[in-house]
Amino acid sequence: MTDATQSLLPEPGLLARSLHVLSGNRTGVIGFVLVALIVGSAIFAPWIVPYDPTAIMTGPRMAPPSAEHWLGTDNIGRDIFSRVIAGGRIAMLVAAASLTAALSAGLLLGLISGLGPRWLDNLLLLIFDALRSFPTIVFGLAVVTIIGPSLFTVMLVVAITSVPIYARIVRTQTLALKNAEFILAERAMGVGLPRLLFVHMLPNVLGPLLILASMDVPLVIATEAGLSFLGMGVRPPTPSWGVILNDGYNFIRNSPWPVIGGSIPIILITLGFTFMGEALRDIFDPKLRKAG
Amino acid sequence: MAPSTATHQAGETPANACPLVSIEELSVDFDTPRGTIHALRNISLEVPKGKVLGLVGESGCGKSTLAYSMIGLLAENAKVTGGSIRMGGHDLAHFKPKAWRKLRGTRISMIFQDPMTSLNPVTTIGKQMIDIQYREPVRRAEKRSRAIEFLEQVQLPDAAAKLDVYPHQLSGGMRQRVCIAMALLTRPDLLIADEPTTALDATLEMQIVILLRELQEKFGCSVLFVSHHLGTVSELCDEVAVMYAGEVVERGAVREVFHAPRHPYTQALFDCDPARIRQATRQLPTIPGTLPDLRRPPEGCAFRARCTKAFSRCNAEHPPLYAAEQGQVARCHLNDPAENAA
Amino acid sequence: MSLLEVTDLRIRYARQGRLKAALRRESHDFEAVCGVSFTLEPGQTLGLVGESGSGKSTIARALIGLKTSSGCSIRFDGVDISGASGRDWARLRRKMSMMWQDPVGSLSPRLTVKSLVTEPLRINGLRAGQTEAERLLGLVGLPAEFATRYPHQLSGGQARRVGVARALALDPKLLIADEPTAGLDMSVQGEVLNLLTEVQARSGVAILIITHNLNLVRHVTDQMAIMYLGRFVEQGPTEQVFAHPKHPYTKALLAANPGSDPEARDERIALSGEVPSPVNRPSGCDFHPRCPWAREACATRDPSWVEEDGRGHRCLFPL
Repeated sequence: MTDATQSLLPEPGLLARSLHVLSGNRTGVIGFVLVALIVGSAIFAPWIVPYDPTAIMTGPRMAPPSAEHWLGTDNIGRDIFSRVIAGGRIAMLVAAASLTAALSAGLLLGLISGLGPRWLDNLLLLIFDALRSFPTIVFGLAVVTIIGPSLFTVMLVVAITSVPIYARIVRTQTLALKNAEFILAERAMGVGLPRLLFVHMLPNVLGPLLILASMDVPLVIATEAGLSFLGMGVRPPTPSWGVILNDGYNFIRNSPWPVIGGSIPIILITLGFTFMGEALRDIFDPKLRKAG
Repeated sequence: MAPSTATHQAGETPANACPLVSIEELSVDFDTPRGTIHALRNISLEVPKGKVLGLVGESGCGKSTLAYSMIGLLAENAKVTGGSIRMGGHDLAHFKPKAWRKLRGTRISMIFQDPMTSLNPVTTIGKQMIDIQYREPVRRAEKRSRAIEFLEQVQLPDAAAKLDVYPHQLSGGMRQRVCIAMALLTRPDLLIADEPTTALDATLEMQIVILLRELQEKFGCSVLFVSHHLGTVSELCDEVAVMYAGEVVERGAVREVFHAPRHPYTQALFDCDPARIRQATRQLPTIPGTLPDLRRPPEGCAFRARCTKAFSRCNAEHPPLYAAEQGQVARCHLNDPAENAA
Repeated sequence: MSLLEVTDLRIRYARQGRLKAALRRESHDFEAVCGVSFTLEPGQTLGLVGESGSGKSTIARALIGLKTSSGCSIRFDGVDISGASGRDWARLRRKMSMMWQDPVGSLSPRLTVKSLVTEPLRINGLRAGQTEAERLLGLVGLPAEFATRYPHQLSGGQARRVGVARALALDPKLLIADEPTAGLDMSVQGEVLNLLTEVQARSGVAILIITHNLNLVRHVTDQMAIMYLGRFVEQGPTEQVFAHPKHPYTKALLAANPGSDPEARDERIALSGEVPSPVNRPSGCDFHPRCPWAREACATRDPSWVEEDGRGHRCLFPL
């Protein structure tokens, strides 16, 4: 009934709806602020960092936080704050590149799976499930041994392991949409396949997918950090968060600061993107929240 | 059969003419991104004991909101801003969730438009019917036989065998029968039926209406029947309340209201019902205009912008519920005795 | 010449895989529509009435080429379209259009009203600009400012008007309306039906209305056909069928259509039981298990279609 009442009233703009959702949702605001800070610092990293992140002996070794070195220094005297900010750039790059790749591939495969012939659907599902059955890190280790550790390897691993998740969601949405009345109506008017796919289906599949992807960002970053920590990802001295943690881990008895400095951004980014994803879901799909 | 808490509590209130539920000046707001919607405004209504009250109106009139407020199932952005819903010494309008759990499913139960969504799709009918008797201190076998008994009450063929089937194995009509059986299982004082026949085909719709009528007479409970379908309301109900834009605009006995509507909206609504137009016609009547914006309910009469009989007084003064003969009341200045005298 | 001439339309639905069916020695499909014939003249309105599962919507889908039929002939505007190719359909779809059941759900949710109403023009490579959109919105009585709205911002009645505008975009000869009043309030139903009548008077479009709502059929159709389990059980001029139904199912449907008169409460005949599945048809007459007038012969003999004085029925013992 409430929906009926509301449908008779003019729809507020996206901005008004966002503000309404955020006004009653403190974690959502925190999420947006955190994400803005992290993304901003990643973009402007070269101008923000007080020291060159790879320069050694910028101060005393393994120093605790001070006015000169906000998060202290590591075992060879590099400024941890600078390295964390620069590491954010790497993390964001990995997240953006691999998720874009995973989303595009997932969309394409999901659409094919949902609309294509039955046998192709079954084959694709089998492949998705096979890929999903590997633990991400183990799969990553296997890929690293074949093509060697690099930033590209990390992105490839993340992309490949994420594709099945997105493809499955797109497939489910496509199957539901396939028999939706507006799709039948378009087909009855004789719409061409490209227009059917890109104008009528895709926009309706994309929304939930983007929300999911934003919640997956921390996962991707954790994978990157994990692989780098194991020495299978970004190579030192490039300042990835995983590398910072690994460096710090060896000297944790001497100084906890490198480890603390390396973990704070991972925690913040996880919280930020999760809160933001939840708020996005409330903004774009208010019904979901009501049901829950 | 063990006496349920429901029958026990019902005995405390005097069983004479006093109504089962009396709603007084109830107002409900919805907080939405577009502003606050005053969805129900000063609703006063009585659900008579042992009778069927129909709640009629078009989408957006607030009939479902009213029904949901009587069983404490309002959406989380809804707020009761005034008034009360009195039932046996309780005020349901200001109930806490814990208090609701005691009342809901015992003294008040509900059936919904879509029987598929109100049944759990992954459990058998039997398990669901036994589970909802969790309050009864009796053995499982007894609960089971009680479940069968109620499935027979709703005239489900082969009732015992139906306990082992899943909801999707039943047709829509049978599922609605199961829902009715479950709702009556605890012998409630009030059964709220929210558009229970809307999703069903015409012949099944009649079957369910006739079934509800029979069961109501047998169990003696009160029924609040929410519907936009005038035919089923006239078929089933003893009394009817017509709602428009969050207000009750007319109420009375079905016979009186359907034969001599006192509010121009009721009259217009009846005129629009193609089933009531005896002569086939290509030009069907409509009610031009749209519902008022419930964020800013109009000062005077809510219907005046669409009313063919509106006059100056309707703009300025919000009409109260004027009484007519035989308990019929209508929220229209035309029923003011002073207006007729003039 | 009739605009639409359907002869012996049969449509099958798959029920299980072919392999599984062969192993179980069962048929892998069943007939959802079996042997339906009717004609529709230009400027006329035909109502197909039936409950869910009667096959009425399947007929609509076969007519607009979303469902393949078997062993029948459908002549539309002088040509046989039952075996039409993809290219034929592109041409045919300019001449027939469909209004779908769900007023809002049949509109692509991310398109503006302007794009929605001009979609048929765009698909056929015609100009689809602001002028065309405003002309079409004008046809259905919607002001031009609706052009920028999205489907979820429309009320049911407004969305329905957009659907009508879209269906009229190419000036079709046949308009198929599947439950044109479904999901609409009573005060809005009349608006939509009046609009259809008005459009028909202006353009001479033939309308096929598919519905379970008898009131609608009574007021806006010239001819009507009642379906039960994929077959016509009765057909004839609307007025005559309402006045003197010949098939018991028609009579029961009419009785199940309460005229909101509290006095007439006790005169109802309610049918017992539910519609059987088309997979397992009853023996003899399809309707005999629910028919209050069924006799012994009805259980064994399948009644044939009898036609006289422009009316037809399928009953051994017509009323």
